[in-house]
Amino acid sequence: MSSVITTDAVIIGAGPCGLFAVFELGLLDIKCHVIDILDRAGGQCAELYPEKPIYDIPALTIVTGAELTHRLLEQVKPFHPEFHFNQMVTELRKRGDGHFELKTDGGLEFRCKVVVVAAGGGSFQPKKPPIPGIEAYEGSSVHYSIKKMETLRGKDILIVGGGDSALDWTLNLQPIAKSLTLLHRRDDFRAAPDSVKKMRDLVAQGKMQFKLGQVTGLKGEGGQLSAAQVKGADGQAYEIETNAMLPFFGLTMKLGPVAGFGLNLHENLVPVDTEKFESSVPGIFAIGDINTYPGKLKLILSGFHEAALMAQQAFHIKNPGERLVFQYTTSSSSLQKKLGVA
Amino acid sequence: MTKITFIQHNGTEQTVDGLPGMSVMETAIKNLVPGIDADCGGACACATCHVYVEPEWKEKTGTRNPMEEDMLDFAFDVRDSSRLSCQIKVADALDGLRVRVPEKQF
Repeated sequence: MSSVITTDAVIIGAGPCGLFAVFELGLLDIKCHVIDILDRAGGQCAELYPEKPIYDIPALTIVTGAELTHRLLEQVKPFHPEFHFNQMVTELRKRGDGHFELKTDGGLEFRCKVVVVAAGGGSFQPKKPPIPGIEAYEGSSVHYSIKKMETLRGKDILIVGGGDSALDWTLNLQPIAKSLTLLHRRDDFRAAPDSVKKMRDLVAQGKMQFKLGQVTGLKGEGGQLSAAQVKGADGQAYEIETNAMLPFFGLTMKLGPVAGFGLNLHENLVPVDTEKFESSVPGIFAIGDINTYPGKLKLILSGFHEAALMAQQAFHIKNPGERLVFQYTTSSSSLQKKLGVA
Repeated sequence: MTKITFIQHNGTEQTVDGLPGMSVMETAIKNLVPGIDADCGGACACATCHVYVEPEWKEKTGTRNPMEEDMLDFAFDVRDSSRLSCQIKVADALDGLRVRVPEKQF
């Protein structure tokens, strides 16, 4: 475990609202650390629709999810936020001294005065195919993500799917597997053509197998998988021997640990007031898709507004008793100095 | 109004009104039809609004577009009748449409 990271504010979620919160808090000299379960910033914009156009960001006629993320990252640069990716916040509690303590599944620990939950639809987690009895094998012979490749050395690996994760892991694991089969529902792939070509070359060299079909059932004992039952593209049933199955069906959003943070929830959303966007716990704010209030619209632009108002209250928590003079970036030399333009 | 019937895995049927221009997914969400998750809100980016179109409606609902075909790689138990309901637009010609909802999206 690393040492405890102490900062002013921790933002949970590096989507557009989390990023803009860095900006608004930064203008008020509130230093931020940002935690996200994905391996990069952008949230849904990065994971669900990086290449799809968004038309309702003020002043941007059209912008893709990836471009919006890129622009926000540029905008927050002057405030030097520190990002912690591939981390899920698993614990959040208020300490006796009024500060907050956060822990992540990757062993990071934070202390801060302000927490901003900007977690969107929750955390992105791998989709688990609803194959009957699959739970019995999860963690032992069925894996949705791979933390250490070595644990799969010498296994008869079955990878299911046709996206980039399926193809990337096929290529990465083939050299250390005893045998490797890629199973996909069709002979076309959404994965990068280059990876598909490499996979087909390996098949041609007899180093792995590619089969068409979909898994319908699993065979095994005591959590140890022995075979996957498959329905072929032609409707014929067959089995593939395997002791390590890796299904890659993309990610889905689950509220996850946020439910255990001790906040009042309403239909998996965090109710907030519309002055400060604070949750039922003072000092914990919720902005963007994860919050709810009368009239709430799940729009990125609403999240930006929420971030600005949240920051005002965050200032008072960080600096009790201090007066906050509202300033414009167009005219305030002190704000411009913070932005590095004055 | 265009009547659309959603048939749950257990056989329960729910018939709701769809408005032309809306997608079948939006119609399901608006009417709180269980089993249509629609994580991405209709961007054809998540495959959690997967439905099976009843055979008699296959022709009228048309064919999968290439983006949808790709996205169905992230759905489970994909069949010939599989569609992403965000990609089917409600229209007068679809009055009476019947689709089945999978047991689980994921």
